[in-house]
Amino acid sequence: MTSDTRTSLQEQGPYFGAYGGRYVPESLIAALDELTEAWEAAKADPAFHAELDALHRDYTGRPSIITEVPRFAEHAGGARIILKREDLNHTGSHKINNVLGQALLTKRIGKKRVIAETGAGQHGVATATAAALFGLDCVVYMGEVDTERQALNVARMRLLGAEVVPVTAGSRTLKDAINEAMRDWVTNVDTTNYVFGTVAGPHPFPAMVRDLQRIIGDEAREQVLALTGALPTAVAACVGGGSNAMGIFTAFIDDPDVALYGFEAAGDGAETPRNAATITKGRPGVLHGARSYMLQDEDGQTLESHSISAGLDYPGVGPEHAWLADLGRAQYRPITDTEAMTALRLLARTEGIIPAIESAHALAGALELGRELGPDSVILVNLSGRGDKDMSTAGAWFDLIDADADQV
Amino acid sequence: MTDTATSSVEKAIADRRAAGSGALVGYLPVGFPDLGTSIDAAVALVENGVDVLELGLPYSDPVMDGPVIQAATQQAISNGFRLRHGFEAVREVRARVDAPVLLMTYWNPVLQYGVDRFADDLAEAGGAGLITPDLIPDEADLWLAASDRAGLDRVFLAAPSSSDDRLRHAVEISRGFVYAVSTMGITGARSDVDKAARLLVDRLRGVGAESVCVGIGISTAEQVTEILGYADGAIVGSALVNALAQGGVSAAAELAARLAEGTRAASRRPDAGPSAL
Repeated sequence: MTSDTRTSLQEQGPYFGAYGGRYVPESLIAALDELTEAWEAAKADPAFHAELDALHRDYTGRPSIITEVPRFAEHAGGARIILKREDLNHTGSHKINNVLGQALLTKRIGKKRVIAETGAGQHGVATATAAALFGLDCVVYMGEVDTERQALNVARMRLLGAEVVPVTAGSRTLKDAINEAMRDWVTNVDTTNYVFGTVAGPHPFPAMVRDLQRIIGDEAREQVLALTGALPTAVAACVGGGSNAMGIFTAFIDDPDVALYGFEAAGDGAETPRNAATITKGRPGVLHGARSYMLQDEDGQTLESHSISAGLDYPGVGPEHAWLADLGRAQYRPITDTEAMTALRLLARTEGIIPAIESAHALAGALELGRELGPDSVILVNLSGRGDKDMSTAGAWFDLIDADADQV
Repeated sequence: MTDTATSSVEKAIADRRAAGSGALVGYLPVGFPDLGTSIDAAVALVENGVDVLELGLPYSDPVMDGPVIQAATQQAISNGFRLRHGFEAVREVRARVDAPVLLMTYWNPVLQYGVDRFADDLAEAGGAGLITPDLIPDEADLWLAASDRAGLDRVFLAAPSSSDDRLRHAVEISRGFVYAVSTMGITGARSDVDKAARLLVDRLRGVGAESVCVGIGISTAEQVTEILGYADGAIVGSALVNALAQGGVSAAAELAARLAEGTRAASRRPDAGPSAL
């Protein structure tokens, strides 16, 4: 299987250079050890891969296609832009790739209840979906602010049979949803598996989630080679916790001629306090079980992040990204709310594709890169999710909803 | 357990054990409801029978804490809590009462302050050491070196789910006491402190622990008495914080006095402690 090729820059954790580790209460160590062992065993088990491959094919609809977007690319200095269409997956984003793997793992370790955190709701929807498919009890923790701006996804999760718990502590966003999920896990670890949504958190999550998402890049690498006869000049992805970015970066990490770019949410601007540009503006620290970059004050108190995109509104980032940033193997740049929303509308108007606001950060980054890299460049963009969930935000931003229309 | 001779915490616990009972460890967060009142309340706990103080440093993401301590520490941060207030609190409490003071802190504040600088400033303020709820022994190299150099206690957690090897390691590198987590869960009062606590303390004795305090869920004198039947100390947190929030310093002091009655009622079984004592 191609997914078993290991490359020289790939670390299996717990550490990625100076980052990663397990900074969690002792009560969770046994569960993390159990998960690590189960994951190692599953990785070596052809039956696990066969079952997961069948789910990808028959349930998610993989492989996802790539789409070249020439009308959009006219705004990027003539560079060729190719989208990896994770937005076409069942449930509407890349999150399902990881969740199906972790749900299978939950079955293997014999637990009947899953919990998850969610920001935009995409990971929560994916987890609720897998729980329905596998007959597992499911509780999703979601910051109260996010339950309001992503109300449609709350309804989807409830329709799928999950319990959605609005978290009212702290900044009432993704960071606090993770705290609450950790508290649930500490209390119910005997019966419960924590299906973590991104490449952050304590070991084994960063390596495991990356391994479950690397199918994005493995597919895209072959697809781009088939289409263009060469590797892309650059790969672009948005970075919140960073799972879609690690998923597409991993296949190219040992191709030194392929530049890797992560685009962080800069909110009102990286120079303002209202941003979520963790690598650009943060410094190393410990948050949610791992050492990585984070937004924090002088005393190490976590700062509230700000982004129009709930899925990127997170003051931390996965430890492997921190390591790749320090090594210079990947570059991380800020994209403001305005830049992302402008790119979102541009893709809609030029190509008839409405991306998630998260993914629109990568599109805005690709426009910037195309102008820098020139017309001979080929930029592969991970279109990590679709924009249906963002219609009320986009409607308000672009003033698209008639004032006297019934609110749905 | 390393270098027991230097630990004032271990001595305070051993003294209560030698007197046929066990120690009461009381937790309050620094800066709740404000810095001055938190110091007054900590002093009042000692004046009413608390043997060892555990002062918590409020942190933005306290994953081990339940709603009572979350609300208190969030209020302290909103009111302008800074790390330096922790050292001020230790210094003032030590000037007013004679009981060892441990700080309880999540790891990132220590890391950002500088591990060595933190150890030096804590020792200089008269603090006894640190309880570190999200620092497992595997990740603690910096802290082991700094605490050795500064002569500070280091209290690691032991959980019912920990393997024997992990318990042994925690016992070997802890100084002051080992914090036995009574039940799988976060801080907050519970009507029944889990039977798992007794089993965990037995397992810790089996790998050589001489100073074990049980925490999480303890709120009554009866629970203190029960726990001191097999452990060396009982740790009370959320109940004291709740008393302080509801009734001020006098209410926290009254609860401390009632809990201390629980230590005097404790009648230790001869097989409860290490045979050397």
